[in-house]
Amino acid sequence: MKRIFTFFVLLLIVMGALLTACGSSETPAEPAAPAADTAPAASDSTAAEEPAAAEPAAPEETTLMIGFTTSQTGKQNVSSTRQVNGLMLWMDQVNEAGGLELSDGTRVKFDYVTYDDESNTDRVQELYTRLATEDGADFLISPYSSGLTAAAAVIAEQYGKVMITTGAASDSAYQQGYTQVYQAYTPASRYLTGAVDLLTTLDPSVKRVAFVYENSKFSTSVVEAAKVYAEEQGYEVVLFEGYDPETTDFGPFINKIEAAAPDAILGGGHFQDGSTFARQIDEKNIDVNFFTLLVAPPEPDFADLGQAAVGVVGPSQWEPLAAFTPDSATEAGLDWYGISGDEFVTTYEGAYAGEEPSYHSAGGYAAGMILAKAIENADSVEPEAVRDALEDMDILTFYGHVKFDTSAENHGLQIGHSMVYIQWQEDASGNLAKQVLWPLEGATADSLYPKP
Amino acid sequence: MDFLSASIVDGLLLGFVYGVAAMGLTLIWGVMNVINLAHGPIIALGMFGVYLIFTALGLNPYIGIVLVALLGLLLGVLIYYVAVHRVINAPHLSTLLATYSVNMMIIGVGTAVFSTSPRNVDFSLGSVELGPITLLGSRAVAAVAAVLVTGALYIFLYRTRPGRYIRAVANNRDAAELMGVPSTRILALSFGLGTMLAAIAGGLIATFFPFTILAGGVYELKSFVISVLGGLGNPIGALFGGLILGVLEGIIPTFMPTTWVPVLEFVLFVLILLVRPSGIFGAKK
Repeated sequence: MKRIFTFFVLLLIVMGALLTACGSSETPAEPAAPAADTAPAASDSTAAEEPAAAEPAAPEETTLMIGFTTSQTGKQNVSSTRQVNGLMLWMDQVNEAGGLELSDGTRVKFDYVTYDDESNTDRVQELYTRLATEDGADFLISPYSSGLTAAAAVIAEQYGKVMITTGAASDSAYQQGYTQVYQAYTPASRYLTGAVDLLTTLDPSVKRVAFVYENSKFSTSVVEAAKVYAEEQGYEVVLFEGYDPETTDFGPFINKIEAAAPDAILGGGHFQDGSTFARQIDEKNIDVNFFTLLVAPPEPDFADLGQAAVGVVGPSQWEPLAAFTPDSATEAGLDWYGISGDEFVTTYEGAYAGEEPSYHSAGGYAAGMILAKAIENADSVEPEAVRDALEDMDILTFYGHVKFDTSAENHGLQIGHSMVYIQWQEDASGNLAKQVLWPLEGATADSLYPKP
Repeated sequence: MDFLSASIVDGLLLGFVYGVAAMGLTLIWGVMNVINLAHGPIIALGMFGVYLIFTALGLNPYIGIVLVALLGLLLGVLIYYVAVHRVINAPHLSTLLATYSVNMMIIGVGTAVFSTSPRNVDFSLGSVELGPITLLGSRAVAAVAAVLVTGALYIFLYRTRPGRYIRAVANNRDAAELMGVPSTRILALSFGLGTMLAAIAGGLIATFFPFTILAGGVYELKSFVISVLGGLGNPIGALFGGLILGVLEGIIPTFMPTTWVPVLEFVLFVLILLVRPSGIFGAKK
């Protein structure tokens, strides 16, 4: 009996530890190793505080410290690494070109300090506090994912540091009255509305839709907004149900979806659950005309699913096929900024052993570009001036349109950028390839409808 | 209620595999009173083993599972000698920390090598429609494999000399040693068998779900629940525990939101501990 009691107590401890680990990260106790890449240039940033010094002699050089965390471990590892790769590419390119030039001749270069946040919210709060205080970061970039970014945003606001968020679509962080946080991604509230429009265009006779989604901050805010939009468009929502983020067996859930007999399924969550869900929908031969999942389909690795990937539609923040050019900027009456999409893809593949950039990579690069453009527009590295420049920003880049909401209710929310919708299709030789379906003016192929 | 029967079948087939995973955990506990916290990562290694054999060597995943089982056995023996043996007589916390360290090492190396990107064994045995039920080939084969593994384990434990030694050591290690049973080797073998079962379960799961190096954690948690359901230290009971859990997972979503599944599972876990701590099929102690 004593043994059983001991076991019971131990088991409870273990369960608690494991559940906590599952909820946040895999590695609760490992101390963060300070990033090896941190250069001692941090103190240089103070030199930038008076850029318009009286002496017109040799151009000054100042180095700004950018702080952010990377999910080197834990479940956000893949997307986060790609995001940071994009950001690093931007930084290398700016520094190699000699930095940004201000009107007084000052050259602004960038350095960074980063830590492993272990995909864990608590670590993000500790580390962003450290970045803002001990490491003297001048500007912050968000971690990957809405949950981690919400935690980082609190710290950025508390210490008055301007933070460009990327990899974080949830709207709620911009409805807290923050004044220092600016979003690069299309917000969750507009993530799936384009898919509803696409469906309406493809088949106006479809009326029954099901929303099935991962119970996470991001996915829930996406589907709640999309549900309202779909109902406004006259759709009947036959099923609206979430699933646990750790779900691996979707079998019973899919049986439930089948019983509700929808014509279209919209939802999903992140990569792992999305790819599992797509595979099981295919294995069970569910007869559905239109199937849209969040996050997973735009990832190049989604093609590993083989036939199960064919016909699946997904919203993407950016696609290599998306063609935003200086000409389209002129047409839209916007300023063009930065490199072309082709140049981004080529240099990214060159820098990372041929890895195709995903939209996370483009988002990381875009965050750097937005900051650089704000510094150039402000003609200063003063946070206040940079913040004012962000408020007025209205530009087109290879990543798309960037403009921020400046109202008190939604301050910093992205209102310029919009989603691209892709679908996996088989080409003539049977290879899987992504095609852009929406917006129609950027479409690269006809939709595969109904889904095979 | 067509989808109720379909969901029960889905859950039942998966339950066999849960049972195999839990058998590994409960065998190690039963023989040496060690809670193996590296159980989840070893399940994940089983998945990656099958994945690598399938993608790199192009072998059928079921042949892959046989190889993975062998590697799992060797890995378990290695883990036993390196991490567990020295602390086997220490308080429970020591073995718990030792196996947790192994868990961290596997996940750390696994993340560095494979990243946490999901992998998929693009392999299908098709499906058969039986009225409202879609019977997936890969799940049916996994269920048959689980029954064979359980049968083999039973024969090994009850009909062979090393099996009898294992039961003797589990029953009373000191007495077994006095009778000339080489207890250290038997403990290492038991640990090896436990990890072998975990690796087999991982290999079977890899044939129907995509996975990452972190994917084993979920099955480790389920294994705890199943072990308690089936009776701690009772490998054959674990199979029945797995079936019960699988069927519950199938039934619950038919009448309430899917997110309630883990809540009810753990409520059941606590109830069993309170009402019948030796498990439904538990041995009397």
